[in-house]
Amino acid sequence: MISVFLITGILISIAIGLSLYRVIKGPGVFNRTAAVNIIGTKTIALLVVMGYYFERPYFFDIALLYAMINFVGTLVFAKYLERGNLWS
Amino acid sequence: MVLIHIVTTFLLGAGLFFTFVGSIGLLRFPDFYTRLHATGKCDTLGAGLIILGLLIYHFFYYPETPLVPAKLIFLILFIFIANPTATHALMKAAYQMGIKPWRLGEERE
Repeated sequence: MISVFLITGILISIAIGLSLYRVIKGPGVFNRTAAVNIIGTKTIALLVVMGYYFERPYFFDIALLYAMINFVGTLVFAKYLERGNLWS
Repeated sequence: MVLIHIVTTFLLGAGLFFTFVGSIGLLRFPDFYTRLHATGKCDTLGAGLIILGLLIYHFFYYPETPLVPAKLIFLILFIFIANPTATHALMKAAYQMGIKPWRLGEERE
């Protein structure tokens, strides 16, 4: 069962590498922001799988924190791009 | 116990399938809106299925720590609420910035 977790983690990493193309190449700032948000979601799944591969449940706390920071970061960036500033 | 292995492996495989479909959609679609249409749903479902498979694995192999699955359930609920919200906010910002949707026959970005 350990090898299943290892293979899952490697395949999620390959999917992150595929999404990284859109961050580097993608035209405009919106494509890049969307790709960063999607890489963050994949990273949450990767952290949970790593927590079972190394048998350390502390990775789940990091995954929870990463989910919250990813959500708030994307919302703040969308608001900044929409209005031009954040405090009005 | 073999049945739990099969169920967990199937759920991990389904989550990986949806994750890869979302990544290929992000690479291949011609427009910002269609890219988010592909990835906003596929990625949410992929991460949810992977965490659900590991949750079932945890219930049968580590029954002495029942608080860890609570964290995973909260993680699934948070992803299912937060990820479509972020996608919607980004799409609304792009629409109000004046980015035109792609039409058939135009050059893809």
